[in-house]
Amino acid sequence: MNAIEVRQLTRRFGDFTAVDDLSFSVGRGEIFGFLGSNGAGKSTTIRMLCGLLRPSSGTAVVGGVDVGADPEGVKRRIGYMSQRFSLYEALTVDQNITFFGGVYGLGRERLEARRAFVLEMAGLRGREKTLTRTLSAGWRQRLALGCAILHEPPIVFLDEPTGGVDPLSRRRFWLLIDQLADEGITILVTTHYLDEAEHCHRIAVIDAGRLAAMGTVAELKQLLAGRPIVEVRAGEPVAAMRALEAMPEVEKTSMFGTTVHAVLRAAGAAPGHLVGRLQEAGVAVSSCEVVEPSLEDVFLDLVERSAS
Amino acid sequence: MSLARSAVAVGVKEMRQIGRDRRTLLILLFVPAFFLLVYGYALNFDIRNVRLAVLDQDRSSASRELVAAFVNSGYFQLVGNLTASGEVNDVIDHDEARAVLVVPAGFGDDAATGRPTRVQLIINGDNANTATTVMAYGQSLVAAQSARYEMQARLRRVSGQPTGVGEVATSGAGRARPPSLTVEPRVWYNPELRSTLFLVPGLIAYIAMLTSVVSTALSIVREKEAGTMEQIRMSPVGPVAYVVGKTLPYFAIGLVSALGIVWLSMLLFDLPMRGSWTLLVASIALFLVGALGIGLLISTVAETQQVAFQIALLSSYLPTLMLSGFIFPIASMPVALQQVTYLVPARYFLVALRAIVLKGVGLTAFWPQLVALAVFAAALLGLASLRLRRQWA
Repeated sequence: MNAIEVRQLTRRFGDFTAVDDLSFSVGRGEIFGFLGSNGAGKSTTIRMLCGLLRPSSGTAVVGGVDVGADPEGVKRRIGYMSQRFSLYEALTVDQNITFFGGVYGLGRERLEARRAFVLEMAGLRGREKTLTRTLSAGWRQRLALGCAILHEPPIVFLDEPTGGVDPLSRRRFWLLIDQLADEGITILVTTHYLDEAEHCHRIAVIDAGRLAAMGTVAELKQLLAGRPIVEVRAGEPVAAMRALEAMPEVEKTSMFGTTVHAVLRAAGAAPGHLVGRLQEAGVAVSSCEVVEPSLEDVFLDLVERSAS
Repeated sequence: MSLARSAVAVGVKEMRQIGRDRRTLLILLFVPAFFLLVYGYALNFDIRNVRLAVLDQDRSSASRELVAAFVNSGYFQLVGNLTASGEVNDVIDHDEARAVLVVPAGFGDDAATGRPTRVQLIINGDNANTATTVMAYGQSLVAAQSARYEMQARLRRVSGQPTGVGEVATSGAGRARPPSLTVEPRVWYNPELRSTLFLVPGLIAYIAMLTSVVSTALSIVREKEAGTMEQIRMSPVGPVAYVVGKTLPYFAIGLVSALGIVWLSMLLFDLPMRGSWTLLVASIALFLVGALGIGLLISTVAETQQVAFQIALLSSYLPTLMLSGFIFPIASMPVALQQVTYLVPARYFLVALRAIVLKGVGLTAFWPQLVALAVFAAALLGLASLRLRRQWA
């Protein structure tokens, strides 16, 4: 049985449809990514899956429990961590763990065992008496994760869990997530960091409340098959972008840092061709080559396609 | 998961937070005492040491006796003797005296013979409250003095004693005087009419209301702001356990704080505690539950602490101060406003509190007030939990 089974899930707020006919399933031990821009409906979906928000229509079964029928039953089977690392900042590390242990009804013995585990996992041993407010973001993030999995839930929801955290802590966090998945815990994570999405076993791209695409990273990249991406480095990237857009074989362009990515309409057009034409247009090109599509290329393609 | 267990978890957490947040704890425990001191000493409607000037045109022993009666009462302080009526305007205008006592010539003679006579008391009316009080003091002093003269005159008539200067005036002695109708006021429970005694129960209501409404509302809205509320909503803790755990600590602090004010008032203001402590604690508890209900209701409306604080002030501070009978007697309000006071819980609490503390009467005397408080508590808590339940999931 799948850990999460979502069928035609829809949520309307008045005239606005925040989540529109969403269907997907997540297997046990899978890291499932929810990718989408702000306001795409990621958080609304999570809130429905956690039993906080009633679906307008459709069903969602989480850990074998129908969310619409038994929201309280769902809450006992899941862990939840939000981007705000919702801990009590005026309490110490230990007191936060004790509180969440109490909230989930952990007995004394189990709480102590789990406390040891969380302190170890978060690297907070020796800081039990530290006020949470004085911890760095990375530590607070790991403590929040620890509090969310204190009661050993089979399914964990992470709502943009890496906001405001330094890259090193982010890397460490994802290692922890991988470990949890290896232990058979199902993870559903929302993010708008595309590099992070690459950690996910499968990804659902959400746009305007609808499922725009779903699959592994490799599968998603296949969406751009037959339309090569050319990366151009030039002295004046903006001028290069304008010149590329004027060419008939270029479908669209987008800026990637200091380079320009051009999506070509069809395979076969040699990059050397473009260099010559760019130089004719007066753009000094330092390099021009076909590259593998990144997830960002795919995401931009999906979002722009649905916008037009 | 048992409800009690999650409530305890939330309560312990809340206590730890309060303990850590020194500022809030200070506000909850010491600001009430501070309020009591400030209001207790400043909110005093008694008037003492009214500056009095005297224009004695009689200069008799009787006139001196009258002036002495004014000064010895403790309400008046003699600031000057005037010699001409032209000076009266002067001392009033320059606020050297709040009142001027004018004793006309011939006062002593009239007094000695029991003939009706008059003295004049001129009062600066720029402060109507003070003026009314001063007028009442003056009238009662003159009335007391007048009764003495009358008694003396009557005694002399009865004994047929020759009475010096007064002799000429007793020409009408044979005439029988009609018995005069007099009121002998006797004020119970607060014989000296000290306004502090009257105000302290109001202060208790006011302080208890303010601290418990504000602290409850703020502590819950703070959790909304910090996102911890959402975290708890994601957990199996239900709204009931959350609210019980969240409010119980503030209820306890409110109770301790309110009883502290009673105790401090007994110490500082000689507040008599004539009734039963059990009834007192029960009434305060009932009132506090209602106050927590208001705080809870506010927390379901407000999204930020700032808004919560403002609503809390408006809904608890102003009505309790203005419409509870704390400062302004309800009976002297316009009828429409009187109707509004029925919606102010402090109104009922005040009556009950005064009954317990000042009168020392039993439940039979004020049970309707407690019923009203219970209705308020139930309605507010019910409404708040209904709203919270809807927001919870």
